[in-house]
Amino acid sequence: MKMAIRLTAILFSVLIATAVYAADKPQTPHLDIGKGGQCVEEPKLMRSIHMNLLKHQRDETMHKGMRGGKNSIADCVECHASKTTNSVLGSNEAFCQGCHVYAAVKLDCFECHTSKRKVTAEASK
Amino acid sequence: MNDVKLDTKTNPDSKPNLDRREFLSKSSIGLAGLAIAPGMLLFDMAHGRPQGEAVSNKVRWGMLIDNNQCETGCNDCVTACNTENGLSGGTKPTDSQWIRKVQLKDTFTGHISSLPMMCQHCEQPPCVDVCPTQASFKRADGIVLVDKHICIGCRYCVMACPYQARSFVHEVLTDQKTEVPRGKGTVESCTLCVHRVDKGETTACAEACTKAGHNAILFGDLNDPDSAISKRIRSVASTQIRADLGLNTGVRYEGI
Repeated sequence: MKMAIRLTAILFSVLIATAVYAADKPQTPHLDIGKGGQCVEEPKLMRSIHMNLLKHQRDETMHKGMRGGKNSIADCVECHASKTTNSVLGSNEAFCQGCHVYAAVKLDCFECHTSKRKVTAEASK
Repeated sequence: MNDVKLDTKTNPDSKPNLDRREFLSKSSIGLAGLAIAPGMLLFDMAHGRPQGEAVSNKVRWGMLIDNNQCETGCNDCVTACNTENGLSGGTKPTDSQWIRKVQLKDTFTGHISSLPMMCQHCEQPPCVDVCPTQASFKRADGIVLVDKHICIGCRYCVMACPYQARSFVHEVLTDQKTEVPRGKGTVESCTLCVHRVDKGETTACAEACTKAGHNAILFGDLNDPDSAISKRIRSVASTQIRADLGLNTGVRYEGI
């Protein structure tokens, strides 16, 4: 009897530990970050405000001709396009698509902008 | 920038970071630049705009097309435009055309000539007047563009343009160019190669025409009295197509 109680207690503690662990690490998408490296802002901040940064810069580029800013969509693609497919779309592990599918947010950018990294003449050889 | 400010605050007596040797070497590089390439420097003053600085109305980009130099049957400007901007090159009614060759025939003399026709980058653009969302706009330096982020695809501008310069994208596109985003449901037209102009380069059509040896397209700043285009329009007779509309086009023609 004592043994049974002890076993039940152990089982419960294991179950609780697993539940706590699972709550700590939710099922976040597994993303292919491409080249990665130092981003223009902290990743945590980028997750929440990248769309605002992009929108701000897009207006300056479009209407005022101010090119070369650090928050360009071309640079997002340049760093984060998958090294294998050369794109930020195409699978649920692709950088942009993966997270947008996870967050259930429609991704319109790439209906006009290219989702592929610009391949230089040297790199394509 | 912040670091420098902090430095002078905490250390008001400290000299600037540049030491004497560094200062001398840097200034000599600057002087050498002046001496070696005055042409380059002049070019920079005319076209180079520091990155991060907004376009201004001190500049007005335009083109002069010399119809006498434009060869009938030559399509190089159209091909160059298609390649530069990622257009299909098709000529179906639903295909985008940013520039096209128009053939003119004088019915009296029988003389045939052709000219490239594209967005004329008007000073008073009718497409901008009719746009309900202000997606069609004129940049300070005279380039007329469509902001596809806010274009709703109503096509009022297509109807308003006297030059039939605008196209509507009917179908889903893939493999656009990085510098030239294009997409279904929006209107588009010649951008005067704005992505190249912002880098201080000339337009793809002008470049192709020069390369083909015709030199029929001259691109430049209409506001700069010393630019090649200003000198040319001052010395020879040029005209605007449908000048009667009073739109003051940025693209002018010579010899028509």
